[in-house]
Amino acid sequence: MRLARVIGTVVATQKAPGLEGVKLLILQPLDRRRRPSGRPVVAADAVAMAGPGETVYFVASREAALACPEPFVPVDHAVVGIVDAVEELGEADR
Amino acid sequence: MKLGKVVGTVVSTICSPAFSGRRLLLCDLVGPVGDALGGYLIAVDTVGAGAGETVLILDEGNSARQVLAYPEAPVRAVVVGIVDSVELAETP
Repeated sequence: MRLARVIGTVVATQKAPGLEGVKLLILQPLDRRRRPSGRPVVAADAVAMAGPGETVYFVASREAALACPEPFVPVDHAVVGIVDAVEELGEADR
Repeated sequence: MKLGKVVGTVVSTICSPAFSGRRLLLCDLVGPVGDALGGYLIAVDTVGAGAGETVLILDEGNSARQVLAYPEAPVRAVVVGIVDSVELAETP
């Protein structure tokens, strides 16, 4: 599970069954210091509250399908939480 | 399982049910001698690990769901131990 920033949304009217009603977001994965790292991915919004600009954390593969309310939703990434804050260890404590 | 160093916590009020009430630890992945490997994980704490501690991270869904006793949890990374020491016969 890693951090990401929501940079957009995807609308797709023609899509596989099971994906209806699933809100799709474009995520820019972030490294531990919240800098962009890696290619953007499209993820299901399993908490249905994340909007562009927000920092979230997301899961992949089977956990993404489990995160969505339906019994089985064909997704490979899903947002499972919105980050309020990341409390980092002070440099001195390392 | 992976070795990690707790470098912070993620505070989140809006999240999937499996995460509510659980501490989310931001962990750098480290090698046996404590060297940073570059990657990181957010792992659900199950042993009360504190910041700065070296921990054991289980990074596999089925085991994570068993540890959390939550069959549907969308969780893969779980902190399952606090490392006291690592003895190495040879450096990797």
